[in-house]
Amino acid sequence: MAKITLDNLAHSYLPAPKTEDDFALKELNHDWTDGEAYALLGASGCGKSTLLNIISGLLIPSQGRVLFDDKDVTTAPTADRNIAQVFQFPVVYDTMTVRENLAFPLKNRGMDAAEIKRLVQKVGAMIDMESQLDRKARGLTADAKQKISLGRGMVREDVNALLFDEPLTVIDPHMKWELRTQLKKLHSDFGHTMIYVTHDQTEALTFADKVVVMHDGRVVQIGTPQELFERPAHTFVGYFIGSPGMNLFDAEIDGTQAKIAGTTVDLGGAYVAAGKTQIGVRPEFIRLGSNGAGIPATIKRIEDVGRHRIVRLDVAGTEISAIAAEGEAVASDTNCITFAPEGVNVYVNDWRIAASGEGAS
Amino acid sequence: MNKTVNQKAWFLILPVLVLVAFSAVIPLMTVVNYSVQDTFGNNQFFWAGLDWFDDMLHSERMWNALGRQLMFSGIILAIQIPLGIFVALNMPKKGFWSSFCLVVMSLPLLIPWNVVGTIWQIFGRVDIGLLGYTLDAIGIDYNYTQNTLAAWITVIVMDVWHWTSLVALLAFAGLRSIPDAYYQAAKIDQASRWAVFRFIELPKIAGVLMIAILLRFMDSFMIYTEPFVVTGGGPGNATTFLSIDLVKMALGQFDLGPAAAFSLMYFLTIMAISWVFYTVMTTIDKREGK
Repeated sequence: MAKITLDNLAHSYLPAPKTEDDFALKELNHDWTDGEAYALLGASGCGKSTLLNIISGLLIPSQGRVLFDDKDVTTAPTADRNIAQVFQFPVVYDTMTVRENLAFPLKNRGMDAAEIKRLVQKVGAMIDMESQLDRKARGLTADAKQKISLGRGMVREDVNALLFDEPLTVIDPHMKWELRTQLKKLHSDFGHTMIYVTHDQTEALTFADKVVVMHDGRVVQIGTPQELFERPAHTFVGYFIGSPGMNLFDAEIDGTQAKIAGTTVDLGGAYVAAGKTQIGVRPEFIRLGSNGAGIPATIKRIEDVGRHRIVRLDVAGTEISAIAAEGEAVASDTNCITFAPEGVNVYVNDWRIAASGEGAS
Repeated sequence: MNKTVNQKAWFLILPVLVLVAFSAVIPLMTVVNYSVQDTFGNNQFFWAGLDWFDDMLHSERMWNALGRQLMFSGIILAIQIPLGIFVALNMPKKGFWSSFCLVVMSLPLLIPWNVVGTIWQIFGRVDIGLLGYTLDAIGIDYNYTQNTLAAWITVIVMDVWHWTSLVALLAFAGLRSIPDAYYQAAKIDQASRWAVFRFIELPKIAGVLMIAILLRFMDSFMIYTEPFVVTGGGPGNATTFLSIDLVKMALGQFDLGPAAAFSLMYFLTIMAISWVFYTVMTTIDKREGK
C-alpha cells in the first residue's frame, strides 16, 4: 500500500506536442492518499484511462514524475509497481479454468500452493463463482468473464493500489450493484488505495470517498460527492454531476447583484468578476413563483420521475430545469423563478469564483 | 408443407452438372476406368478387376515413396509452423516497416513453382551457383545431385523458403486481432513472455494455425514441380515423392493401369488424412468450448 504522487504530470500521444491541445492529459499535480477510494469521473475521451495507465506503468508519461511513497517509478515497468488493474473489456485466459485464471497472478509471483488455494477460494466466493471454479473460462458469458477479471484484480492482498477502468460497463445492473458493494467491502477490509474510472456519476458517487472530475484532459475538481454537488468548481462539474445538471444563466455581475435576462438578482455576497460571467444554480435550488417577483419564466413541460418532478422552463430563450418535490404543487400560472441563496454559484470563464469573505473552497 | 412438384426444375442445374462432369467426374472416371483394366497396346483393354490395386498395395516402390512423402511433409510442417509463428511474433506491428515486411514476405508466394525450382537448382549448383560454390569453397561436401542428405536439405530449405511466409502471414493476421487489453492485463499479472505466448497468443491464433497446417500438409503432400526441377527425384530415388513416382509410372513407363490405381489411392489418402485432421481439430475446438 502506498501513497501515489503525481508531479507535474502530463501526457501527449504525439511525439512532439506543441500546443496545450496536443496533450491528452494536461499538466497535473496530485497526491492520492494511501488507503482512500477515489473515483475518476468524466466523459469518454477526457484522459481518464490515460491517467490510469500512467499510474499502472502501461504508459510512460511525456513529462513529469510518478512517485509511490516518494520513490520515483515513472519509468519502472508494471511488474515493479505491484499494481492490480481491471479493464473495461473482460480479459480471461481462454485455455485455463476459472481457478487457474484467478491463480495466475499469484503463480507468476511464485506464491506457494496452499496460500494460492486459500486466496483463490476466497475471491471465488467474493465474485460468486465458487461452483464454476473448475470450468474452462472460455465459453462463459461476458459478465462472468468480467467477474473473473475483477477477481484476478482482487486476488492479491499486498498490492500498492487497485485500479479499475470502467470495469462494470458490461455487467448487468443487478450484479453491478452487488459487485460494487463487494469492492467497497474489500476496500474497508484491506484499505487498499483504489482508483475507479467511470463515466457513470452514480457509480462514482456511491463508490468513492473522493471524486476526481476530469474534463478535456484536465482535472477540474477533486472533492467529496457533497462538495461536487454544492460547490462545483467548474461549469462542467455542475453540468456533469446531478440529474438534471446545473442550470447556467448568462449574467452581468456587479458587486452583490447580478442581472439575468433584464432582472436584477441578489447574490448574497460580493463578487469581483471580469470576463464571461455566469450564474449556476442547481435545479434543486430553483423556486417557482406566480407573483411576477423574480426572473420571468414559462413552464414548457413537467416530467414525473417518481420521487419528484422535473419542471422544464423557458427563461429568455434558454431551457432550464427545476425540481419540485413530490406532493408540492406546481401552479399552472407560474410565471417567474427565484433562487435559494445557498445554491447560487458564480462562474467566470467557466471556473467558479468565491464571494469575498467566503472561505476557500 | 406441401412441396410443389416441378420436374422441369432439374434443367436449372444442368449447366452445373455439365461443368462438373467435364472438369471432375469424367476425368476421374477415366482414371477409374484405367485402374480396372489392362492393355497390351492397340487400344485393346482387358478387365483386370482389382488386381492393380492389389499390386500397388504390395509394391515396395509405392510404400517407399509414401514413406519419403510422409517424412517430407512431417519435416516441413515441423519447421514451417514454428518458424512462421516466430517470424509473425517478431514482425513490426504497424507503420511503414510492417507493410514493407508483409510485401517482402509475400514475394516468394508469388513466384511460380517451376521458377522456384529453377532458382534453387541454379543456386545450389557447385559450378555456377552462389550457394553451391560457396559451400564447396569453404570445404563443405555439398552436391545435391549425388549426395542424398544434400538433396533432401536443398528440397526442404527450398520449400521452407517458398512457403513459410504463408504461415507467417496467417499467424500475423491472427496476432493482430488480439485486443491490447490482453497484453496489458498480462503485464499487470506479471506474466512472462512465454506465458503471454502460451496463454494468450497461441489460443487466439489456434484457428488460423489449423488452416495453415491443413493447407501446408495438403500442398506438401502433393508436391511435384519444385523437387522435380531441382533433383528430378534423385539421387537414385532419394527424393522421389508420391507425385514424382506417379508421373514416372504413368508417363515414363506408360503403365496406365497401376498408375491409375496409384492415383486413386493417392487421392483418397489425401482426402482421408485431411478429413481426419479437420475433424479432430474441430472436435477439440468444440470440446474445449464447454
